[in-house]
Amino acid sequence: MSEDELYSPRNPWFSISVGVTAAIAVLSAIVGLIWLPLLQPDLKLSGIWDAICSAAGVPNLPRPAAAVPPTFKTSNVVVTPEMLTRQDQVSIGRGATLAQRCAICHGPQGVSDANSPNLAGQYAAVTYKELNDFKTGARVNVVMSPFAANMTDQDMRDVALYYAYLPRVPSSQLNPGLPPPAIVVTGAPLRNIPPCGSCHGEIDIKAGSPWLGGQSAVYIKAQLQAFAAGTRRNDISEQMRNIARQMTAEEIDQVARYYEAQP
Amino acid sequence: MLINKRLILAHFWLAFIVFGAALVLGAWQMFERSPLNVWHLNPEFYYRSVTAHGTVMGYVFPTLIAMGFGYAISEAALERPLVGRRWAWAGIALVAIGSVVAMVPVSLGLASVLYTFYPPMIGNVFYYIGVVLVVVGSWIWVALMSINLAVWKRDNRDKPVPLAMFANVAGSYLWGWTAVGAALELIFQIIPTALGLTTTIDAGLARVFFSWTLHAIVYFWLIPTYIAYYTIFPRAIGGRLYSDAMGRVAFIMFVVVAMPIGVHHLFADPQVGAGFKFMQSVFTGLVALPTLLTVFTICASAEIASRLRGGRGAFGWIRALPWENPIMVATALSLVMLGFGGAGGLINMSYQLNTSIHNTQWVTGHFHLIFGGAIVIMYFAIAYDLWPHLTGRTLDSYGLMRTQLWLWFIGMIVTTFPWHYVGILGMPRRMAFYDYANPAISPQAFSVTMSAFGGLILLTSGILFLIVLVRGQFAPRGEAGAYTFAIPLHMPARLPVALNSFGLWLALMIGLTVVNYGYPIGQLMAVRNTSVPAVYVGASR
Repeated sequence: MSEDELYSPRNPWFSISVGVTAAIAVLSAIVGLIWLPLLQPDLKLSGIWDAICSAAGVPNLPRPAAAVPPTFKTSNVVVTPEMLTRQDQVSIGRGATLAQRCAICHGPQGVSDANSPNLAGQYAAVTYKELNDFKTGARVNVVMSPFAANMTDQDMRDVALYYAYLPRVPSSQLNPGLPPPAIVVTGAPLRNIPPCGSCHGEIDIKAGSPWLGGQSAVYIKAQLQAFAAGTRRNDISEQMRNIARQMTAEEIDQVARYYEAQP
Repeated sequence: MLINKRLILAHFWLAFIVFGAALVLGAWQMFERSPLNVWHLNPEFYYRSVTAHGTVMGYVFPTLIAMGFGYAISEAALERPLVGRRWAWAGIALVAIGSVVAMVPVSLGLASVLYTFYPPMIGNVFYYIGVVLVVVGSWIWVALMSINLAVWKRDNRDKPVPLAMFANVAGSYLWGWTAVGAALELIFQIIPTALGLTTTIDAGLARVFFSWTLHAIVYFWLIPTYIAYYTIFPRAIGGRLYSDAMGRVAFIMFVVVAMPIGVHHLFADPQVGAGFKFMQSVFTGLVALPTLLTVFTICASAEIASRLRGGRGAFGWIRALPWENPIMVATALSLVMLGFGGAGGLINMSYQLNTSIHNTQWVTGHFHLIFGGAIVIMYFAIAYDLWPHLTGRTLDSYGLMRTQLWLWFIGMIVTTFPWHYVGILGMPRRMAFYDYANPAISPQAFSVTMSAFGGLILLTSGILFLIVLVRGQFAPRGEAGAYTFAIPLHMPARLPVALNSFGLWLALMIGLTVVNYGYPIGQLMAVRNTSVPAVYVGASR
């Protein structure tokens, strides 16, 4: 075996391999960290150090003033999977009393044919969030807003738990055999629409998503149109607005009719 | 001289059994996503299947091949029994236990996170623990290869390390270092979150750690294939290896530049600076060099064999090659797939061209062509070549072997070419369902159907492969003689110490890692408030 010392500048294997590797690294660093960034006028770089920092990915913290506050109220409810999932008999009892005033639109058993939402069996977190949003003004409705305005947080929890406790009643349009529209089972990936069923049941249920089976088609349609038009904006992170804006009028009709026919 | 035959055979059998199971899943996935399947299934099953397929094909199968083949090389090339036989058995036991521990939660739907983990998705902790066990088992092999080389060197101070062993140890060092990235990600980020010790995870940092592993793991898979090119192929076709030194240079280049290039998987990720993406793109380009050297050397070796057999003319020698020999068929088909796959890879590694195919089916097509095609077909060749020596029985179903290899090649082309094409059309990867009734997607329906048939051809070939091996196991006894490797045209009597040792190259590998990864990782660790809530997969609500 060669007795030459390997780690010596006189060994050509050492000097050439280390030299070439270092040269490639330095050259690519100069090109990637200095030259290419400086070629891009959009970056508005002030000099070589700025170019290096920009290309190396040093975080450029935005100035606090740059954030634009929304011109409307947004929902302040934080929904968690465990929220209002524990049954509390006292709370349900109080809710039953408080719900007397809701019965004229939502029905004495939480179900009505008035095209207002059927609340019987609805997840408590959902009902609670909507009441809260009506109260804070994140969601506005001429009928509901005044009702919610004077409710305390405990009142809203009680009513929500009461309606969650009531058994679901199928609508008069019940037809479980109706084939689900494509948008419900597969969504529309190219338009960034996830399947409705991936949050609202059948495939998966996500915290804060209402149960839609048996809801009035008129109501579902009106809400989707409101989301699409931006007149309803209390969905967290614009989840529903982004979806509804991408849906066609026909899909909105299909979805509304489909969910109305479900148990 | 193969002594621990049962140890080596155990690695190969376990590898090919899990390979067969994962192949079935792969073929089913091809069908499931194609227009042939009427949508009726919970997409969750698809992701379970992809996770299992990827975990087995990515972590378990090639690792077992590298380990088994590595032990065979160590004994045959160094001509001495393996040192640390008990440790080797412990290694394979860890891989086997890890595979089971990982696959149980995947089968139950508790860890449908895909084999690349994709935080902030978090699956059941046992999935990750299983993967860690597999990696720890393989690290035993890394240590054993190093120890066996050291023991041999102590007794053979003036001799060059046989090329097969040199390459084998190069591969083990490459794996030892490249697995560190995913290990850091698993141990410091994912497993604590999966255990519920934290509820948030820095997904950007985790992805950078994983990219450290994700590209060089492919070269770890590739090394047994290249060893077969250099040390099995010339001998099997009755020729000589054109250059022993060229082989060493190629493997050394893999050690140095295969690892610090993984950020090209993150070209679309915002958390890494554009400058580092460019630098790693340059080094990714360099990895083409050892492959080009190898293709040249192997073609030259084939020409030597052909001219020895009477081949003539500028191209006439190609016809004179022993095409009835399965190793010849496998190597030629492997090089063709390597060529197509490599050409596609040049597009993936270019920062700008990558944007047109990033996260599309093109990428899936690319790595199946390179790994499933060029690499795995040589795993078949290695098994065919080693089998008579391991079993002590003849393996002579040559017609069946050739059919199997050709079917694998045809199946892989039929699968991956349409995949590349639909990727250019924009079909995203990692999706359980495509609405082919949609006018925007319907032009892709034909190509996807085609690739589903390719999957069936591959499955057929895989079954034939297992049949050949099982027949070999029950064939009449026959003495295969000593297991040897290809002899170079000029046997080196003396080698420069650089081509006979690893210290310098490992130093360069680690140095380049620091240069290319040091700042991106350090910066991501230093910046606060970069974690996002974990998304627990399959958790009850």
